[in-house]
Amino acid sequence: MSIELTGAEITIRCLQEEGVSHIFGYPGGAVLFLYDELFKQDKVKHILVRHEQAALHAADGYARSSNKVGVALVTSGPGVTNAVTGIATAYMDSIPMVIISGQVPTAAIGQDAFQEVDTVGITRPCVKHNFLVKDITELASTIKKAFYIASTGRPGPVLVDIPKDVTQQKTTFHYPSSIAMRSYTPVIHGDVQQVKKAVQMILDAKRPMIYSGGGVILNDASAELIELAQMLDFPCTNTLMGLGGYPATDRQFVGMLGMHGTYEANMAMQYCDVLIAVGARFDDRVIGNPKHFYSEERKIIHIDIDPSSISKRVKVDVPIVGSVSEVLRELIKLLKASKEKTDAHALQEWWRQIETWRARDCLKYDRASSLIKPQMVVEKLYEATQGDAFITSDVGQHQMWAAQFYKFNKPRRWINSGGLGTMGFGLPSAMGVQMANPGAKVACITGEASIQMCIQELSTCKQYHLPIKIINLNNRYMGMVRQWQEFFHGNRYAESYMDALPDFVKLAESYGHVGMRIDKPEDIEGALREAFKLEQQLVFIDFITDQTENVFPMVPGGKGLSEMILV
Amino acid sequence: MENEAGALSRVAGLFSARGYNIESLSVAPTEDPTLSRMTVVTTGSDEVIEQITKQLNKLIEVVKLVDLSNGDHIERELMLVKVRAVGEDREEMKRLTDIFRGSIIDVTDKTYTIELTGPSSKLDAFQQAIERSLVLETVRTGASGLGRGERILKA
Repeated sequence: MSIELTGAEITIRCLQEEGVSHIFGYPGGAVLFLYDELFKQDKVKHILVRHEQAALHAADGYARSSNKVGVALVTSGPGVTNAVTGIATAYMDSIPMVIISGQVPTAAIGQDAFQEVDTVGITRPCVKHNFLVKDITELASTIKKAFYIASTGRPGPVLVDIPKDVTQQKTTFHYPSSIAMRSYTPVIHGDVQQVKKAVQMILDAKRPMIYSGGGVILNDASAELIELAQMLDFPCTNTLMGLGGYPATDRQFVGMLGMHGTYEANMAMQYCDVLIAVGARFDDRVIGNPKHFYSEERKIIHIDIDPSSISKRVKVDVPIVGSVSEVLRELIKLLKASKEKTDAHALQEWWRQIETWRARDCLKYDRASSLIKPQMVVEKLYEATQGDAFITSDVGQHQMWAAQFYKFNKPRRWINSGGLGTMGFGLPSAMGVQMANPGAKVACITGEASIQMCIQELSTCKQYHLPIKIINLNNRYMGMVRQWQEFFHGNRYAESYMDALPDFVKLAESYGHVGMRIDKPEDIEGALREAFKLEQQLVFIDFITDQTENVFPMVPGGKGLSEMILV
Repeated sequence: MENEAGALSRVAGLFSARGYNIESLSVAPTEDPTLSRMTVVTTGSDEVIEQITKQLNKLIEVVKLVDLSNGDHIERELMLVKVRAVGEDREEMKRLTDIFRGSIIDVTDKTYTIELTGPSSKLDAFQQAIERSLVLETVRTGASGLGRGERILKA
C-alpha cells in the first residue's frame, strides 16, 4: 500500500534520497509547486540567489569543492536562459551538476506560452544530457538517471525540465536504489595490455614528464598521482584545471603549464621524450600550436575517462581509457613489481636541465615598486591563509596571477572557470564553496571588471552570512584584454578601460559588509590579516594595483610552448 | 539508439556543432520498438571519422555504433522521381527505368513517378542518365546499411 505523491513532492523526495543538502535557485511561475514543497521540509536547504547565473555558479562551486553533485533550481523561460552561462561553464569543466528547470504546462508547450522556451533545445549542446519529463510516472527514475549520469564517467551537468502540470499530478513514489542503462556504461578499468605498454615506456624514458589536469581533481586521484610521481622522481606539471592535484610546494612540481605557464614547465613539456598525460586534454591554451608541439619527437601515454578526449588535438601512442585513479593504481602496482628500473643517470641529467630552466625565475616581478603589484597581493594572501584557503577566481589577469602565485598543495582548493572562461564566476562560486565548507577560509580573487558581472550576489552573501573575502585586483582595466591590445593591437585600448567605477568600499558597506581600499604595498599584509580576523563577515578589499602590469610568461596565440614571451 | 524524442536532434546537433558533414541520415524504429536504427553517411579524414565515432558514442542515447565501411556491407537507398513523360520521352523513360531495374509506380497522361532502389551510386547514375529538364521532382531517403554475412549490430 503506497500513497500517491504530487510531482513536486516526488522531486523534493528524490533530492532528499540523493542526500542533497543545498539547492541554489530562484523561484518563478513554473516552479511554484516545487517551491511549495521545499517550504514544507527542512532537509534540503534552499539558497536564494539574486540571478540564475549565480545559482548555477554557486552549485558549481559547491560541487567542485566537495565532490558532491551540485543542484540548481530555476524557472522556465528567462530562468533557464539566465542559467545557460552557468550550465555551459560546468559543462566545459566537467562538473557534476543536476539542474531542475520548470517548464510551462505540457498542453502549453509549443504554443509560445508566457515564459516558454525550448529548454531542452537551448541547453542540448552544453549539457552532458537533458530530459523533458512529460509523464509523471517517469519523474523519479529520470531524476535518478540525472544524478547517475552527472556523477559517473566524465562528469557533467544534466538538466531535468519539468512542466508545471507534472509537478501537480500524482502518482505512487518509488525511488530506484540503482540504475542500469544499456546505452551508458562508462569504462573504469584501463586495458591491461595498454597499461603494460605504458609501464615499459615509463621505464625506458630518458626525459619523462607528467602532465596532469582536471581529471585528477574530479576523480580524487591526487594521492595516486603523488605516489606515482614520487616513486619515479619524475617532474610534474598541472594544467589550470589540475592545480592542487600535485602539491605546488614540492620540488618535483615545475608549475602550471600553458599560455601563462612557467618557463620550466613549458620547456619540459616541449622537450620531454615520454609524456604521461593524466586526466588532461591537450587544449589550445595548454599546448599552443599543435604543429610546433609535434616538431619535437616524444612518446605520449594518455590516461582519460573520456575516449573522445584522446587523440583529439594531439595523437598519442598509448591511449588508456579508464578512471584515472584506477589506472594510476594499476601502473603503480606494475612498476613496483617490475625488476627493471628507470634510467637514474638520464633522469639526473634531465633534472639538471630542468633546474637551469627553473633558474630563469620566470615569475619574477618588481617587488620594490611603490605601486601595488597584483602578484604580491596573491603571495601575501597565500601567506595570510597559510596556503590553506579555498580560492575562487573570475577570468582574466587576476585568474592567471592567482594560478601562478597561490601555491595549491591540495586538490579542490582552486575553483575557476577554465574551459568557458566565464567572468562573473568568482563570487557566486565562492558562495557555493562556503556552503559546502562552513568555517573554511574562502577568498575570491577577482578584478574590478569581473566582479561587476555578478556583484548583486553581495546581497545573497549577506542573507546567508557568508564570510567570503573578496580580493579585488583593481587596475581600472579589463586587464587581459588590455594586455592583448598592448601586445597585438598597437596599444589601442578599445573599450577595455573601466570608467565610472563604483566606490567598492561604499558598495560593500551598502550591502552590510566590510569594505577596505588599499593602495600601498606596505598595507597589503595588514589588510589581509585584518580581513581574516573578521571571521563572521564578508570583507571586500579593493586593491588599487599597477595598471600596466602584464602576465608573464606568455605563449602568444598560434605559437609553440618554447616560444614564450618572458619578462 | 534509444527510440526517444530528441535523440535525432542530438545527433544532428553534434554534427553541426563540431563542424562535421552529414551527407545523409536515415532513421526508423527497429523490430524492438524501444530502439531506432540510424544510418549516417559522412566524409572525413581518418582522424575526423575517429572523432565522429567517439563523439557519437558519447551521446547518452546511442546504444551501439559501428563504422560499416570498415568491413563488407550492403547499402541501399530509395529514390522517387517524378518526370515529365509525353511523346517520345514517355517510351524513353520506361526503357531507362527498366534498364535500371526501377518501376513506375504512378502514372498520369503527362507524368511518371519512378521508384528506384540501390546503392547511392546507382541512383546517381540514373539521375545522370535521364534528361534533366524532364525531372519535376526528386526525393531520396539517404542510405541504409547492414554488415554483410553474419556480422550484426546488436545492443
